[in-house]
Amino acid sequence: MILDSKIPEGPLSQKWTNYKAAQKLVNPANKRKLDIIVVGTGLAGASAAASLGALGFHVDIFCIQDSPRRAHSIAAQGGINAAKNYQNDGDSVERLFKDTIKGGDYRAREANVYRLAEVSGDIIDQCVAQGVPFARDYSGLLDNRSFGGAQVSRTFYARGQTGQQLLLGAYGALSREIARGTVVLHERHEMMDLVIKDGRARGIIVRNLVTGELERYAAHAVVVATGGYGNVYYLSTNAMNSNGSAAWVCHRRGAAFANPCYVQIHPTCIPVHGDYQSKLTLMSESLRNDGRIWVPKKKEDAEAIRRGEKSALDIAEEDRDYYLERRYPAFGNLVPRDVASRAAKERCDAGYGVGPTGLAVYLDFADAIKRLGRDVVEQKYGNLFQMYQKIVDVDPYEYPMMIYPAVHYTMGGLWVDYELQTTIPGLFAAGEANFSDHGANRLGASALMQGLADGYFVLPYTLQNYLADQIYVGKIKAEGPEFDEAEANVRARMDNLMNIHGEHSVDHYHKALGRIMWEYCGMARSKESLATAKEKITELEADFYQHVFIPGKPAEMNPELEKAYRLEDYFELARLIVDDATQREESCGGHFRIEHQTEDGETLRDDDNFMFVAAWEYQGHDKPEVMYKEELNYEHIQIVKRNYK
Amino acid sequence: MKFTLHIWRQENARAKGHFETYEIDNISADCSFLEMLDQLNEKLINDKIAHPVCFDNDCREGICGMCGLYINGRPHGNDDGVTTCQLHMRHFHDGDEIWVEPWRAKAFPIIKDLVVDRTAFDKIIQAGGYISATTGGVPDANNILIPKHKADQSMDAAACIGCGACVAACKNASAMLFVGAKVSHLALLPQGKPEAADRVKKMVCKMDELGFGGCTNTYACEAECPKQIKRQNIARLNRCWIAQAFGRDRRED
Repeated sequence: MILDSKIPEGPLSQKWTNYKAAQKLVNPANKRKLDIIVVGTGLAGASAAASLGALGFHVDIFCIQDSPRRAHSIAAQGGINAAKNYQNDGDSVERLFKDTIKGGDYRAREANVYRLAEVSGDIIDQCVAQGVPFARDYSGLLDNRSFGGAQVSRTFYARGQTGQQLLLGAYGALSREIARGTVVLHERHEMMDLVIKDGRARGIIVRNLVTGELERYAAHAVVVATGGYGNVYYLSTNAMNSNGSAAWVCHRRGAAFANPCYVQIHPTCIPVHGDYQSKLTLMSESLRNDGRIWVPKKKEDAEAIRRGEKSALDIAEEDRDYYLERRYPAFGNLVPRDVASRAAKERCDAGYGVGPTGLAVYLDFADAIKRLGRDVVEQKYGNLFQMYQKIVDVDPYEYPMMIYPAVHYTMGGLWVDYELQTTIPGLFAAGEANFSDHGANRLGASALMQGLADGYFVLPYTLQNYLADQIYVGKIKAEGPEFDEAEANVRARMDNLMNIHGEHSVDHYHKALGRIMWEYCGMARSKESLATAKEKITELEADFYQHVFIPGKPAEMNPELEKAYRLEDYFELARLIVDDATQREESCGGHFRIEHQTEDGETLRDDDNFMFVAAWEYQGHDKPEVMYKEELNYEHIQIVKRNYK
Repeated sequence: MKFTLHIWRQENARAKGHFETYEIDNISADCSFLEMLDQLNEKLINDKIAHPVCFDNDCREGICGMCGLYINGRPHGNDDGVTTCQLHMRHFHDGDEIWVEPWRAKAFPIIKDLVVDRTAFDKIIQAGGYISATTGGVPDANNILIPKHKADQSMDAAACIGCGACVAACKNASAMLFVGAKVSHLALLPQGKPEAADRVKKMVCKMDELGFGGCTNTYACEAECPKQIKRQNIARLNRCWIAQAFGRDRRED
């Protein structure tokens, strides 16, 4: 497998300009003769489809929910970064680029990240033009706040519902194109396989989730924008239906999968409280602007709290350990997510955790309420406080919130080049589904930025470059042996699952897989724990294929069957995550190997041996995958130890 | 906690539906309503007595708008300002009987069990619920000044999650709160003004065409809205409608 990143020539700041100047275009009359499939209607998918449709291409777009507006981008709370420097606090494209590379622990590709920073400002302009009601100050200008890993205020927000408002903006743009007839929407449809003809991605097999029937769609190019694979851990902040399968079937068909072990654990989530729990709820990182994180200084206090004999309010100021402020005075509570998560785990493992399970720390707003008044705090974070209160039944204005890290985002994903094209020609990946911009750790408020950058400002250019010579191919038809084979393959997979007739539910297995992954391949990993994970996953998978029970038929609405075929893919994905984590004998960003840490417990990178992207090639269900390396060359940025002290 | 559940079961859009009764025990008060249904489904699968109950859900944090059940006669159940996934069992009493139904409205046909087809909402948005800003070529974001109170009002309306509780709560199955929220969100912003008259006309016509009823001002929609969208949005919708009907350069507020 050849990994050609196709980075354009020229100095870093000129690469995207040079690319656009040299790229091929499609004339307006020809655009409507070219078909594009977009899978997923989150920020990346919806913005790509809307922009491509507006250019005149014919787009078919697919989502598994009942409406494109439900995609999980909707749940992003805190904000979106952009190098506008509206606050005059020293921000610039260069600064956002550097923060993102550093935040990713020097494991992302320079050219892609620079382009991301470069188009970030355009995103805000676009969203405002669409009517996204960003927060404003009294002059009518846009307001900003800070997020982790940055010393400037560059985050634009719409209360605690930024993702919702951005997605509704993209959904509006998409709806306009649907009305104009350039985009055709297929809701409640799930991508089941990718069809490759003559070495190019030419179509997909989808399952109509209402009737259960399989359908075929053909196009000149396919875009996968289906999000990440965090639900491999069962409990995560992802939505119930978020899954890794669309990306994974592309991987099975030959697309390389990069850096699967880079999983982001978000520090501020509502802690786990029972085995019936179906998901974890995030409390936005923006809360760390004003909230202070602490645990008791004395173990006996922590123990008393766990037994329910004391509450947070009984702990005197001098007996509180604001451990992030203590360990990282420069960034304090706004250190990046991986750093904050590990610090919380360290305190809890050392016996200072609070809450009934001891697996929680406090996020305290008492100071902010004193300083700003309750009204201001309510205005800024009201909906998050309400959410917390509804779930936990404790008033966060009175008592500090209890939080604990949880799986949130996956930096790994389909390997893509500078054009966001995978190793399969004609197959593109955008948003969380690709691996490209966040290295080993994503900074807060950068996921929304990347999704919209890919969809609004990158794919409309790079896809056109790919499609320029496709006009000679003519209409692609959804027929031929390749479509037949792919459809038969999907049918066989489903029949195989239905015919097991065992006794356990799919959730039974998914929960077990999640526990294995969290315990042995979660926030801290070691050679031994990873070996254990591998063994347990393989055992569990074998059991699944003997004892799972799926009621109903394939040809009907059947949520259990949906869960089952997604879980099949999670088993393979889980093994690859473990393999990738095993080969990466260093700690970087969200990947922490306990063998590789500094004396004070920080990550210890090995730049000499591991400054590369690990891209894996699928070899078959039972065969180990083969790893290829894309070396990362930092020409522009100076590599230093990541230090937030 | 222990509950007796009466759940609406319906094979598909054409089949006749009915209530089926299930008993469930050992439910934690901290568990959400949907997690309680998960446990019921787990039991149905393990005992192989019936197919699991189909219900729409996704984010389970009250923002995607996918879940929506009619619980004991109230959309999203007996807590205020929450979606079904945010409703917790601590709001019920041990031993309660609970009646669970899908949204019932002509424009939301039932697909299966508790799952309904809400694509009518998407069609209303497609009729004009957006600002036509093609990608690229837009002014700098700070060139458009928006007074804070306008931006806040717009955001209040934009918080709608499109779950359909307003339609389910309304005796006329009216979508006026949903449409009013979108019309207000955009009409309150300077960017939304150029298309405002056309937008309201197209959205209202589409709403009527799809079989939603009219508003008779009982405000059940406002009472049941999980995002507490205000009825003032319906008033603004009516004002925008009348203004465009008389061909005036309409102004709101």
